[in-house]
Amino acid sequence: MARVTMTVNGKAVAGEVEGRTLLVQFLREGLGLTGTHVGCDTSQCGACVVHMDGAPVKACAVLALDADGAEVRTIEGMASADGTLSPLQQAFQDHHALQCGFCTPGMVMSAAALLAGNPRPSEHEVREYLEGNLCRCTGYHNIVKAIMAASGQGAAIAAE
Amino acid sequence: MPKDSGIGASVKRREDVRFLTGRGRYTDDINLRGQAHVAFLRANVAHGRLRGVDVAAAAAMPGVLRIFTGADFAAVGGLPCGWQVTGRDGQVMKEPRHPVLAAGKVRHVGDPIAAVVAETLEAARDAAEAIVADIEELPAVIDMRGALAAGAPLVHEEAGTNLCFDWGFVEDNRAATDAAIAAAPHVTTLDLVNNRLIPNAMEPRAAVGDYNPATGDSTLYTTSQNPHVIRLLMGAFVLGIPEHKLRVVAPDVGGGFGSKIFHYAEEAFVTFAARALNRPVKWTAQRSESALSDAHGRDHVTRIDLALDREGHFLAIRTRTLANMGAYLSTFAPSVPTYLHGTLMAGNYRTPLIHVGVQAVFTNTVPVDAYRGAGRPEATFQLERVIDKAARELGIDPVEIRRRNFIDRFPYQTPVAVAYDTGNYHATMDKLVAIADLAGFEGRRQASARKGLLRGLGVNCYIEACGIAPSHLVGQLGARAGLYESATVRVNATGGIVVMTGSHSHGQGHETTFPQVIADMIGIPESQVEIVHGDTANTPMGMGTYGSRSLAVGGSAMVRAAGKVIAKAKKIAAHLMEAAEGDITLRDGKFTVAGTDRSVDWGAVCLAAYVPHNYPLAELEPGLEETAFYDPANFTFPAGAYACEVEVDPETGRVVIDRFAAADDFGNVVNPMIVDGQVHGGIGQGIGQALCEGAVYDANGQLVTGSYMDYAMPRADDVPSYVVDHSCATPCTHNPLGVKGCGEAGAIGSPPTVVNAVIDALQRGGHRHVTHIDMPLSPARVWAAIRG
Repeated sequence: MARVTMTVNGKAVAGEVEGRTLLVQFLREGLGLTGTHVGCDTSQCGACVVHMDGAPVKACAVLALDADGAEVRTIEGMASADGTLSPLQQAFQDHHALQCGFCTPGMVMSAAALLAGNPRPSEHEVREYLEGNLCRCTGYHNIVKAIMAASGQGAAIAAE
Repeated sequence: MPKDSGIGASVKRREDVRFLTGRGRYTDDINLRGQAHVAFLRANVAHGRLRGVDVAAAAAMPGVLRIFTGADFAAVGGLPCGWQVTGRDGQVMKEPRHPVLAAGKVRHVGDPIAAVVAETLEAARDAAEAIVADIEELPAVIDMRGALAAGAPLVHEEAGTNLCFDWGFVEDNRAATDAAIAAAPHVTTLDLVNNRLIPNAMEPRAAVGDYNPATGDSTLYTTSQNPHVIRLLMGAFVLGIPEHKLRVVAPDVGGGFGSKIFHYAEEAFVTFAARALNRPVKWTAQRSESALSDAHGRDHVTRIDLALDREGHFLAIRTRTLANMGAYLSTFAPSVPTYLHGTLMAGNYRTPLIHVGVQAVFTNTVPVDAYRGAGRPEATFQLERVIDKAARELGIDPVEIRRRNFIDRFPYQTPVAVAYDTGNYHATMDKLVAIADLAGFEGRRQASARKGLLRGLGVNCYIEACGIAPSHLVGQLGARAGLYESATVRVNATGGIVVMTGSHSHGQGHETTFPQVIADMIGIPESQVEIVHGDTANTPMGMGTYGSRSLAVGGSAMVRAAGKVIAKAKKIAAHLMEAAEGDITLRDGKFTVAGTDRSVDWGAVCLAAYVPHNYPLAELEPGLEETAFYDPANFTFPAGAYACEVEVDPETGRVVIDRFAAADDFGNVVNPMIVDGQVHGGIGQGIGQALCEGAVYDANGQLVTGSYMDYAMPRADDVPSYVVDHSCATPCTHNPLGVKGCGEAGAIGSPPTVVNAVIDALQRGGHRHVTHIDMPLSPARVWAAIRG
């Protein structure tokens, strides 16, 4: 067992982990931040995406020890302290971009990373960027629509 | 101006806030004090005799609490099957025992052999690897035809055959159908495969068992679409726990698509082990474990014959299908290729004679059961593909041949038992032609051709039977359950309402849509209505959510219960206003005496019910809470018309879907935004089946698509934006809301649309020899088809 310390959603945290403990396990089981989900075991589905030092990572593919000293942001850290949803989260609700909600945390974290680097992506760029995030409920239509809307391009999606 | 509340309004989902902020509560998020963890040792061969399981070394490993094997479950029941099909010969289906942990034999890769319960998940997994299972490998049957061949190895020796049942529907039409086909001016025949799929809800299955030795109560938290069904099946048939000592909770569930209807071994195991160890016991599937233990879907091999006259009028349809059951009968497996499939073979068309033949086959593969659409996609795929082929052979436009055969008078009794109550197939086709801009196809085709791409257009219809189902009817057909739904409407003293429903929401948005209905009935804001679901301890016995039934059946139960509440509230209001009950009307949350300005508001009546000081106690009980069970009079019959345009690259075989449009008739719609989303998702899954997905076994029974590295899930850049419309509504005639159900339509209607479009592209591109390609239409398959 080894000790890790990191900042998660602005709060300093610490814990004892095994060498094989994944960042997603540390977040879910160590810190009780169960908003980050595990949907596969091959780093394909993206339900576990969090931000580490500002970049999106799949938390199932990062060892907790490798996140030692890092600044981590999870879905629990996306809304304001008073509970107000971020514009991206609000766009997901406004455009019905989620159904069962399981892929949603990873989708939001990936989309936030996309918009941080590319504030006005094309629909094609959004779809390509989301290649690492699987959704089984929405057929992706409304997720793409919500991200376009959050980028201020509400009318840019081809259909509807 | 669109409505902003009540029936017909696109009310934003209240459940989204918890999911968007990481505050959902899925089964794997539940951690109980003192909880132990489970790892299963699963068979790594498809078929074998289990000579012994040596757990000694594993049991001695650190943290291991106990290891269970099949012997521990010898005294409890097997996993039950909820539907008994009777074959053509009058014999009931073969129904071999499905043990919780394998006993004697293993029958598919993934069959659980032993389970380690340990202090930590890591300790459990480490120990599972140290168990030595002595398996004498036997030849496996994977291919269905091989399984039926003389001398084939038997999955279940006691059954004496791998044929589970041989079913014909309607048998009285068999000879006449054969004769009509023999005499017909034109017969189009198509051999096709409905590819095996893995449902892949994004949340892997999970289960937590808990036991309270002080009370003897067991609790199971599980990823289920129907917690009451699980309680009944597991309690009564497997573990022998009476319902009043067993609580089943299905909290937030991350998608189901059918795969979370069924009662699975892992649920029974954690409940059993929690009691044996007197500790909470938790299991969560890894994705690769899901692939080997979740019931798969589809997997039909079919020959269909369509007989037509020279003008393209349908004369008869005959199908012969092999349906894979896998190694054991999953909970509702026998119903899928039979009554959920054969009854839909008329589609949207007048065909006087239909005969459906289905042989269900045991193989050494994961059990196969209902997956989004369940039987109806298989029926639709056969029918709409063979119609397309016939249209081409007869030189009739694919839209025209369908119109020529549309059922246009309702109610309509099909030759396959069901009677459609209502529909308007010409109207939905008209709508499709407009929203898909079929008139602009030729221009787009030429533009594609200039890029060296072959553009094709696929158009087809679908019908489905939803709102399952009338209990007396399904009882006659072999269901071992009723298919009603329940609701309790509890009004609180200050006027707020809690609806406890037997339906379960795992993405469908009931927490938002059900209050829309109640708010409209009473005239109060939706925020005054809360929905409770998913817990047997606080919902009435209900059958759960599948078969696009929640609003049509569960919603109807809720409307009935609310109707009883309103009737009683009117009595109270009449008393308060010293008026006759028959003169009271309820509108906008206010009871009024007709023809007067006397009124009392909803809240005052509710308060009077619970503080009955001025109250007709001699005639009326205090309180305001009613329960209703609703058993539907018929199925509902949503229908629609879909169009797809693809571009095929003839050099690589790659298919890109450029446009997709869906015109559906769902009857009345409560929340158009949510209905659109349901259709989008169904189409996404249908495109996945058509282009990407396929569960593939090798000849030895190893699942070679056991992870997302190999099983191609559709991604955001595999699908287009969709144009959807449900304005052509013919309300259902027999439920109070006039609703039909929308959850499965997209997955039913879209696979043939995509395949029709690809075949059309190749035909137009001069590849006349390509009349069919089996799904998934991967670049390799399309390229090979082009090359002949």
